[in-house]
Amino acid sequence: MMLSTPKIKSSGIIVEYDGKRALHGIDLDIYPNEVAALIGPSGCGKSTFLRCINRMNDVIDNCKVSGRLMIDDTDVYDPEIDVVELRARVGMVFQKPNPFPKSIYDNVAYGPRIHGLTENKDDMDRIVKKSLKRAGLWDEVSERLDDKALGLSGGQQQRLCIARAIAVNPDILLMDEPCSALDPIATSIIEELINELRERFTIVIVTHSMQQAARVSQKTGYFHLGNVIEFGETNDIFTRPQNEQTEAYISGRIG
Amino acid sequence: MVEKQHIVTAFDEDLATLNDMMARMGALAESQLFASTEALITRNPSNLDDIIKRDKELDDLEALLNEKVIEIIALRAPRAADLRRVIVALKVVSTLERIGDLAKNIAKRNKVILDTPLKTQMLPSIRTMTSMVLKMLNQTLDAYAEVDAVTALDVMEADIEVDKLNTVVFQSLIEEMSDDQEQLKIGPHLLFVAKNIERIGDHITGIAEQIYFLHHGEMPDQDRPKADGSSTIALS
Repeated sequence: MMLSTPKIKSSGIIVEYDGKRALHGIDLDIYPNEVAALIGPSGCGKSTFLRCINRMNDVIDNCKVSGRLMIDDTDVYDPEIDVVELRARVGMVFQKPNPFPKSIYDNVAYGPRIHGLTENKDDMDRIVKKSLKRAGLWDEVSERLDDKALGLSGGQQQRLCIARAIAVNPDILLMDEPCSALDPIATSIIEELINELRERFTIVIVTHSMQQAARVSQKTGYFHLGNVIEFGETNDIFTRPQNEQTEAYISGRIG
Repeated sequence: MVEKQHIVTAFDEDLATLNDMMARMGALAESQLFASTEALITRNPSNLDDIIKRDKELDDLEALLNEKVIEIIALRAPRAADLRRVIVALKVVSTLERIGDLAKNIAKRNKVILDTPLKTQMLPSIRTMTSMVLKMLNQTLDAYAEVDAVTALDVMEADIEVDKLNTVVFQSLIEEMSDDQEQLKIGPHLLFVAKNIERIGDHITGIAEQIYFLHHGEMPDQDRPKADGSSTIALS
């Protein structure tokens, strides 16, 4: 598994809100085409870390990020970097499906349009179709692309958000609790999709469901009080974690 | 091993129930083994029938334990050490049931030779083998309850001596039979009694390996030495 260089390399990432530390120096390497699941109790810093990867913390007042976070050869916190471009490269899917109040087609076309990725309507049609196919939604919506996105079911809306994120050709997909608002069937479909998407993207997923982390990821990181307690092969984390705090957490004991 | 309580207390109760059932089954297997070999000396036919009948209790306990393990996996989704605990329970249970079967087989053979005088010189050695194996079983059951991997390794070591003694008993019984035709009435049964005891030692070693796995999350890193040479002994 260590054949390549890390896609994402976090070295000593510290996050402070109003001077109060939320992350205490995170060192983490995530490799290409790998799903890395971040688990841990509420407030442990896993979502804060996820948001460091595409600089979503920039929009929070009084939030200061230090340390070094590299995506390939790009320093994510380089002041010269174009954050809009970064966020195209690092797509994000949130807990609650949040399609725009537009048509299914326009939701997917939105990103390629603002990034100027297409020459003409045919190009756009191709991107929309390809993205919806990769998100496993095409067969369900191909006959009604002009329908309102908000008319789709929760699971379909979430897959539409995934299609929207991948329409701009990202390398990395960040998922923050992508299934917590979905029923078990819709959850299974998304999990299956995550497994397929791994062939093209590096995926980092924050989840409260340990079963989900176990099902979808190759690597799992356990966060606690702003530190990574343990990061390793998912199989090892769930069968024989090295750290007692990880063991206590994953086996549902009082930590 | 993490000893803290689960947030869901019913999970702790399930595991405690599992441990209690395992302890009961272990104690029953132990007493079956003791009684079946002791009967070689006491030659009490009623004891033998009791042993044969009581084997069903082990079978029933095995079925109950299997159900409990499936229930825990389905309802509690155990992970890490908890998962090992229930999977190991499943394996240990079937091993204890097998030990019970071998004890029953010893009792059955005892019944067959009940009226034949035991002229063999090998009874003390068979008794010694039994004591060794009983001690191993006792230690193993305690080690299982305590998840004591150090004792488990000691038990694996002790099995070598049982194997060695079985080789001696096998050789001697063959010699006795070739010297005295009368011995053919009991000799083959005693060979199987000794072999059953030796097999029980192997099964106990298997449980000890599971205890090591329970503690460390991996199987002991060693090729277990075997000292049972009875399968290569030829009549000279």
